Amino acid sequence: MPAAFVLKRLALAVPTLVGVAVIVFVLLRVVPGDPIAMMIPPGATEADIANLRRVYGLDSSILQQFLQWAGQILQGEFGTSISMRRDVLDLILGRLPATLELAVAAILLAVALGTGLALLGTWGQGGPLEVLVDGFTGLTLAIPDFLWGLIFILLLGVAWPILPISGRIDPRLGVEFATGFYLAESLLRGEWRIFGGIVAHLVLPAVALALPLVAAVARLLKASLQAVLQEDYIAMARARGMGRWRIILREGLQNAAIPTVTLGGVQFTFLIGGTVLIERIFSYPGIGNMAIGAVIQRDLPLIQGLVLTFALIFIVVNLAVDMSYAALNPRLRR
Amino acid sequence: MTGAVAAPAGGERPRTGALAAALRNPRVWFGGLVGLALLLAAVFAPLLAPHDPLQQDLMLGQLPPFWVPGAEPGYPLGTDSLGRDLASRLIYGARVAVIVAVVAALAAAVLGTVLGLLAGFFGGWVDALVSRLVDIWMAFPAVLLAIVLVAVIGTGLEAVIVAIAVIDWTRFCRVIRAETLVQKEQDYVLAARTLGLARLRTLYSEVLPNVMPLLLTLLTLEMGIAIIVEAILSFVGLSISSDEPTWGGLIAEGRQYVHDAWWIMSFPILCLIVVVLGLNALGDGLRRVLDPVMRR
Amino acid sequence: MTDAYLDIAGLHMAVGRGRRPLPILRGVDLAVAPGEVHGLVGESGAGKSMVGRTVLGLLPPAARVTGGTVQYRGRDLLAMPVAERRALLGAKIALIPQDPMTALNPVHRIGRQVTDVLRLHLGLRQKPALARAEELLAAVQIREPGRVLRQYPHELSGGMRQRVLIAIAFACDPDLIVADEPTTALDVTVQRQILRLLKEMQGRAGTAILFVTHDLGVVSKICDRVSVIHAGRILESGAATEIFAAPRHAYTRALFAATPRYDRPADALHPIPPALLSALWAEAHEADRDEADRDAADRATEDGR
Repeated sequence: MPAAFVLKRLALAVPTLVGVAVIVFVLLRVVPGDPIAMMIPPGATEADIANLRRVYGLDSSILQQFLQWAGQILQGEFGTSISMRRDVLDLILGRLPATLELAVAAILLAVALGTGLALLGTWGQGGPLEVLVDGFTGLTLAIPDFLWGLIFILLLGVAWPILPISGRIDPRLGVEFATGFYLAESLLRGEWRIFGGIVAHLVLPAVALALPLVAAVARLLKASLQAVLQEDYIAMARARGMGRWRIILREGLQNAAIPTVTLGGVQFTFLIGGTVLIERIFSYPGIGNMAIGAVIQRDLPLIQGLVLTFALIFIVVNLAVDMSYAALNPRLRR
Repeated sequence: MTGAVAAPAGGERPRTGALAAALRNPRVWFGGLVGLALLLAAVFAPLLAPHDPLQQDLMLGQLPPFWVPGAEPGYPLGTDSLGRDLASRLIYGARVAVIVAVVAALAAAVLGTVLGLLAGFFGGWVDALVSRLVDIWMAFPAVLLAIVLVAVIGTGLEAVIVAIAVIDWTRFCRVIRAETLVQKEQDYVLAARTLGLARLRTLYSEVLPNVMPLLLTLLTLEMGIAIIVEAILSFVGLSISSDEPTWGGLIAEGRQYVHDAWWIMSFPILCLIVVVLGLNALGDGLRRVLDPVMRR
Repeated sequence: MTDAYLDIAGLHMAVGRGRRPLPILRGVDLAVAPGEVHGLVGESGAGKSMVGRTVLGLLPPAARVTGGTVQYRGRDLLAMPVAERRALLGAKIALIPQDPMTALNPVHRIGRQVTDVLRLHLGLRQKPALARAEELLAAVQIREPGRVLRQYPHELSGGMRQRVLIAIAFACDPDLIVADEPTTALDVTVQRQILRLLKEMQGRAGTAILFVTHDLGVVSKICDRVSVIHAGRILESGAATEIFAAPRHAYTRALFAATPRYDRPADALHPIPPALLSALWAEAHEADRDEADRDAADRATEDGR
């Protein structure tokens, strides 16, 4: 992929990020309700309150606060969390790997499952197999992922308890990790038992998170595959004696993936948004779970840091979608 | 679908035809019954509920439903961890669901319809502005937006309703705008214009009645979405106070005790699934019945 | 005529699944001898493309063969197992399509599309396949074949793409090529080059070609034998020189009169007389009725048993 293409996309992402920062900052500054008021210990004096305001930078004007804040962010200072009294960047970086592992697992799962279903539905076009695939995607879309997560907990965590439903790793293992990427680290160190445990914890949240995307990919890809199979070059492949699977996989799939990525790209960002709720449901220690806690606590510095982090992830995901689009379509590569 | 073939175009006949067709559609039946049951439960909650939903009895905590050994008579679906009757809390929970479904969905519909009609009918910079706004809105995942909004507005039922309306107006706006663009080109609207009707009156008298079927369908679907969003916000503790019986709140509580008392979480989930599937079926059925293109 | 490469006998085809499917081929007989270019000429809707598609197993889902055989060197293509037919297609029987703009896969490089058949049918490995592909592109007079192999279809002109498709068709040294209006979608100047190339390639390899076209001018340039088709029936068949010198069937004469020629003024063009067309259709429908009667008679005798 040409570097100019990547650089152009990156340049386009900067104003988005600045815009998100401004919006979030302004929005949270007009919040009715005073975060300091919630922190005041009983019997605090006016001077104590003013001191607190000064410490958290809440005494200057909004513009000053924003400029000061933006300047700090560029230096990697996200401020101090009001509720946890720790550095926001440290807190976020501590939780981010968990969310990234969950999101990546869900995306891989969604693409693999969705593609598999689309292939099955195309293979069995007009037959019972396609009806089955359509029924599955229909059911998946009819029930929101929030409920799917809960249903999984009840069925596979409680009624037939084969998978863990809380957290990221069994705390009784007492393993120490050098990085936050438990899954990757245990895999690289070849600790299969620990790796297996982490995978077991990851399965249900990842599947629940992936389901809407599975359905979207399956539907879009199946429709475009079936359309692509009507093309002339597919008839040519048949006239050259290629088998059905070979034609679908080698001649059809990449062409069908192009409109699927265009139409389904936004679903990938929705999956990132879905981590918030899924992490809460499965008590998974990622930044989504942290975000809900921060909102409940009205922890402004933490909320801002988290929303910016999410915005950054969205931008990266969009970038990846754009790149894969260009990688699939030679007409865009130049 | 056969009813439409029999009904001639024009006059009042298609409406009665559509109504008859609606009553023959199994989706409409199923969805309608679910909606009706929900509404009745909400309205007659004090009569239906065997107990006060807030009445605690710590001696009777985590009682199982009637078919499980250890159940107490008088608590058909068991109790939560504070000994509150689950059946009663579920029935009272329907009240919040109905209020949110009706008010939030209507608010989102009104907001989206007004903006969509304006954008579609006036075009130009109005359309550009509204369309741009929709694009920006759609780029954000709804759940994240809802949580940030509630963080801004504060918690409580009103905040939840406002948040849903502010997030979901785009669903109505997009469809209504597109439909208005189509309708605008059709002869009768042109005719109405040449008759000298003011533009806004044309909107009201000519375009709105034609997008009504679509609006009704969208509204039904939005009710299901609103109920889910409220349940999500209750679940994460950002809706109304956790003492008030809501399905989302019950799920949150049940999630904590899921290994000891699976039923606390199961029943509200079941309620949500049935209601969401019911409203989906109703919306889908109405779309099939009311949309003349689909009927053909 | 078992020594023919392609021998179509009594081919009947119908479209639609209802109780009364619409006949589109009404007993087509046609034989293509080794090394022969056989033109199948007719107006659009005559069924000529369906004949070519049947040979390649590319029938649309609604069309069904209702009778007859399509033999390649004595083996019935319609009756043989799928795997056996696949082994022939692309190797011994190849296709040159009508529209080169849509017949190449837009996401694969030319190199891969040429080497695919070589690897599939000749079992070549990637390296020798690429070397062979370069030779093939050179044989169809593509300049800088090495560079073209690395290009994508959208980077080539229509004429270039048709050359690539011809190279792919000749790649495995086939006995028979079905050329389905291979020049119709091209500019006139490019048309002439492609025809010359096709004739040259065919002459060198001794390949038999079934050349499906509506254009008598093209037929005169390339074909050894000609069959004229209308309403799914072959009306006249014979050596090209004979038919061009003295067409026997009235429809063939009318087709000639309707074809623009540089040596005649434009106002000498005559549309095919409607009376002739309606008479031909009446014959076709008569044939359908006979066919239906024979079917009924067959059923009756079977029931009688």
